[in-house]
Formats: sequence, structure tokens, C-alpha cells
Amino acid sequence: MSLGLKPEHADAVPSVGPVPPASPKGRELRKEFKRAWRSMVVAKWPVVALFILLCVVIAAVFGPLLAPFDPNRQNIMIRLLDPLQQSGNAFYLLGTDALGRDVFSRLLYGARISLLVGLCAIAVGGTIGVIAGLVSGYFGGWIDDVIMRLGDIQLAFPFILLAIMFLVVLGPGVLNIILVLGIGQWVTYARIVRAQTLSLREKEFVEAARALGDSTPSIIFRTILPNIVAPLTVIASFNVASVILSEAALSFLGLGVPPSVPTWGSMLAESRDQLIANRWWLAFFPGIAIVLTVLSFNIIGDWLRDFLDPRLKTIG
Amino acid sequence: MWTFIVRRLIQSVIVIIGVTFISFVALQIGGDPTYLYVSERASTEEIEAARRALGFDRPLHIQYVTYISNLLQGDFGNSLTFRRPAIDVVLQALPATIELTLFALILAISLAIPLGVFSALYRGTPVDGSIMTVAMLGQSIPNFWLGIMMIMLFGLQLRLFPISGHVPFLMPLLQGEIVRAFTQLPQALYYMIMPGVAVGFYSLSRNARLVRSSMLEVLGQDYVRTARSKGISERAVVVRHALRNAWLPVVTMIGLEFGFLLGGVVVVEMVFSWPGIGRLVFNAISQRDIPVVQASVIVLALIFITLNLLVDLIYARIDPRVKY
Repeated sequence: MSLGLKPEHADAVPSVGPVPPASPKGRELRKEFKRAWRSMVVAKWPVVALFILLCVVIAAVFGPLLAPFDPNRQNIMIRLLDPLQQSGNAFYLLGTDALGRDVFSRLLYGARISLLVGLCAIAVGGTIGVIAGLVSGYFGGWIDDVIMRLGDIQLAFPFILLAIMFLVVLGPGVLNIILVLGIGQWVTYARIVRAQTLSLREKEFVEAARALGDSTPSIIFRTILPNIVAPLTVIASFNVASVILSEAALSFLGLGVPPSVPTWGSMLAESRDQLIANRWWLAFFPGIAIVLTVLSFNIIGDWLRDFLDPRLKTIG
Repeated sequence: MWTFIVRRLIQSVIVIIGVTFISFVALQIGGDPTYLYVSERASTEEIEAARRALGFDRPLHIQYVTYISNLLQGDFGNSLTFRRPAIDVVLQALPATIELTLFALILAISLAIPLGVFSALYRGTPVDGSIMTVAMLGQSIPNFWLGIMMIMLFGLQLRLFPISGHVPFLMPLLQGEIVRAFTQLPQALYYMIMPGVAVGFYSLSRNARLVRSSMLEVLGQDYVRTARSKGISERAVVVRHALRNAWLPVVTMIGLEFGFLLGGVVVVEMVFSWPGIGRLVFNAISQRDIPVVQASVIVLALIFITLNLLVDLIYARIDPRVKY
């Protein structure tokens, strides 16, 4: 389980040369997408990963329509049914849990929390990190010092402990977990953005923007930022994977979302009581759901890194 | 060298102050911390009395100063469930956690280096492919789920390993009972294998990938080509020339890795009922035993910070390119 920092990806950041600050027009964009798709097809696995993620997104968005049962409906009469069981005229694809709730329906609803937390935490951490990194790299001096030392302090602290401490006090809740996991990620983004900004700051096209009298915010956000987006997408992809793992771990510890909301992590926590009785499906399916989702994000991240910086392929 | 050590020491002190500050803020952020200490049925007078007894009625900056000075004396307050100093409770659980973390670290590093080197040397072959596939998978499996799956397969079905329990090694060693510690070592390791693999598998995967790419980079360098052209055996080229530089990134990461593994241990201990800090924290969370949670977090953070300091100092010694 990765909790926050994943130092191995520090070397994974492709240093993309400056692209013209203006975004490519429609046709070029389409050409770029075609090139990306071709490269995905050649690498094979990214296509599979994309398909899995599509399924997870569909489960998350259309969960209530797809789920055969209410994920919280308890029924003692049908508790702990094996997978593929028929009870009355209802069919339980992945069996039922100790309270008689349908595992498949809970799994579909669980996709919501994982994706929601994963993406929102990245949005929170990414926004803070990108702004901090841009400011740090562009202005330098004491602002840079303060921001980077703050980052050092945070990294010097095992992230899960920080998350545990805040969640114990704040109490469980989707918003709290998004905030805590998001704030746990900002340093990664800040460091990368800062390094890129430092080198871009001196480039001719930034000089040109400055000479043309562009305001500082405009230079930072419209001239520099577009050139950093590529490496950021790689980091974000790996990051979603590690945030989903962290969310599962915290839910497993009972620090995630309230018990009424089914999540993959809390389903695993509940499965612990049934371990000795060998109710394998209670632990197996939520775990597989986590592994497949995280694996897909990792595969996409790997592919994206190679795609955006072909030089790395020769060594990685 | 000395300026480097002093600078690094000052940095560590700042970080420690930061950690205590964060843990202080964490306690305040959820509103009046008195409510964490009193029962839900407490009357207004009882709450008021508790607030005064705990010092939460005083201004924040004074509370922080008292908090720090208490910490310096090793006083984290009394555990609300154990009715004795929280720090004692934590220190008692610490050896079991350290044991498991060290075991996982050794397991991860000692396997990651040969696997990564192997993968790099046989790049593009099925050997490389399968090692890297497993490594990719290893970075996507939640450690606690791996633990649960191992319990089901190797513990309950095949009955190869115990599904819970712990034979202490570090504790008797620290108490001076060296003979007992070492006679217990095989048993201790036997109990540690499943939780150790669950904790270490992620690190193993990550580091195998790291060693592989670092090795590939080094193998393309001029000095390796020079060594080869001098007619040295391939084995000597790999071991004496390439590996020496390829494993440096791994060394830098050992300190971070230990802290990272500690985080994993906290969760995995729950799965295997391992009597360490993780289980302690978990129980403390459910019983709202805040002093124990705080003491655990700060003790673990201190270990992590000290370790990173040591690693930096060692790294500066083994890599002559690092300037002080």
C-alpha cells in the first residue's frame, strides 16, 4: 500500500521539452489521440487497463441502476450465501455477507467511493501542489524556502500516521478522507512543478511573454503551466492508484467513510470475522476489485510515461 | 563534513518540532479536545472539571508550551484504557513492530536486488517479463488483503503457517536474555513469514523495478563498456562495476522505505493480530484513547526521522560524489 509519497516515480517524470504555449487545434488534437491509441494498441496492456477502468467508471456512475439489490438491505434469512446461489426468485451472483446483504451490489456501490476519493484527493492535492510549486519555482527566495521546508516536514512523517491522527480527531467521512489524502499528496506535485518551473523560467518563450508585458499570473498560468501538464498527468495516474490503496487501508481500519456507505476497504474489514469459517468470497471479491482498479491506473501511468517521453523506454 | 552533520541535525530538530506541532493542531482541529477525554454521558460540570484538569481552558500557546515540555520529559499523559503512562504502553508494543518491519525490509531488499539485476541482465526475455509482471502486480495489491489471502490459502487450507500469534525475539534480546532470544529465533521467524511477506511485497516490487531501471542505466555507461572491453568476466563486470552504482538509489531509499513499511505494518498487524503498535493504535482509536494514539504517532515519527538522518549520513560516506 502506498501512502502518499511514491519516491520511485521521482525518476519517472518525463522532462518534456517546451511545447508552444498555444494549445493544439482540433485536427492536431485528433491526430495526437490517434497516435496515443496506436501506441496503446501496440503495448496491449494499456487497452485492457482502459477497459477495466471503463467498467469501474460505469459501476460508479450507474451503480444504482445496475445493482440488483439495495446494498444496505439486510436479510437474516439469506445470510452468508455462497456465490451463484438462488434464493427464492433472487439470484446472488457473488453471494451475501453476514447480514444477508448482496455482495455484488455492495461491490458496485464501492466503486463510487474508491473513484470519488481517488480523483477528488488528486484534485485537492494537485491544485495545492501545482500552485505551491509554480510560486516556489517562479519567485524563488524565501517563499521557495518556506514552501519546500514545509514539504520536507511532511515527507519526514510516515503519511498513514498523519492520516490516522487527523481522521481520529475529525471523525470518518468522505470529505474528511478526501482532504486528508489530498493534503498528503501535495508535496509530490509541488516538487515536480517547482523543478520544471525553475528550468522553464529562463526559456526564451517565457522571456518573450515577459517582454510583451504579460502580467505575472498570466505568465505563470498561461505560459508556464501548459508546459508542465504532461509530466503531471503521469504523476496523477500513479497517484490515483496509491490514493485508492490508502483509502482502502483507512476504511479497513474503520477510519474511512461511515459504515452505512459500502466501500471495498470496509467490506474487507467486515470479512475478517468470517475468515476462520472460510467464507472466502467476502474477502476475495472486494480485494480483486481494488487490485484490478489500482493495477489499471499503474499500467496507464507506465504507458503514459513511455508515451510522453520515448527516451525513457530505452532505459526503463 | 561537520557542517553537513550539524545542518542535517538542525533540520531534523525542525522536523520534530513540526511533527509535535502537527499532532498538537490535530488534537485542536476537531473542536474542544475535552470531549475526546470524557464519556458521552458526562454532565456539564464533569466536562468543565475535566477541561480544567486537562488544562484545555488555558490559552492555546500556553497549552502548546506545556505540551512540548511534557513531551520532552517523555510524558504523553496517561492512557485512558490502560490507566498507566501512554508512553510505557507504546514502548512495550514497539519491539514487536520493529521486528516485523525489519524482517519485511530485509526480505524486500535482499530479494529486490537480485531480481532487479536478473531482470535487467535478461531484458526483454520472458524471465524479465514475468518478474516485472509480478512486480507490477505487487504494487497494486493492498498489503492487508495479501495478508488475508495468505491466511486463507497457506494458513487455513494448507496449514503451512500459523495465522496469528507472535514469538518475541527483540524483547528478550533487549532484556539481556540473549540465549533465550536466539533459541526462540527460528520460531519467531516462522511466525513472522506471512505478515512479513504481506508487509514487504509492495517494497519488494517497487525496489525490484528501481534496481532494474537503475541497472539498465548503469550497464549503458562508458565505464561498463570499458570494463567489458578489458576482457573482464561478465560476472565481475556486473558485480564489481555495475551493481556497485546501481544499488545506490536503493540505499537512499532504505530510510524512507522503513518509514513506509512501518505504515504498512500498522495495518497488517490488524490482520494477523500481531501485538505491536498497529494493533495498539487500532484499539486506541476505537476506544478514543487519544494519549496512546499521539504517543504512538510521535514515537514512530521519531524513529523514522532518526533513521533518515542516519541514512543520509551513511550515504554521504559511501558515495564520494555527495558533497557536504
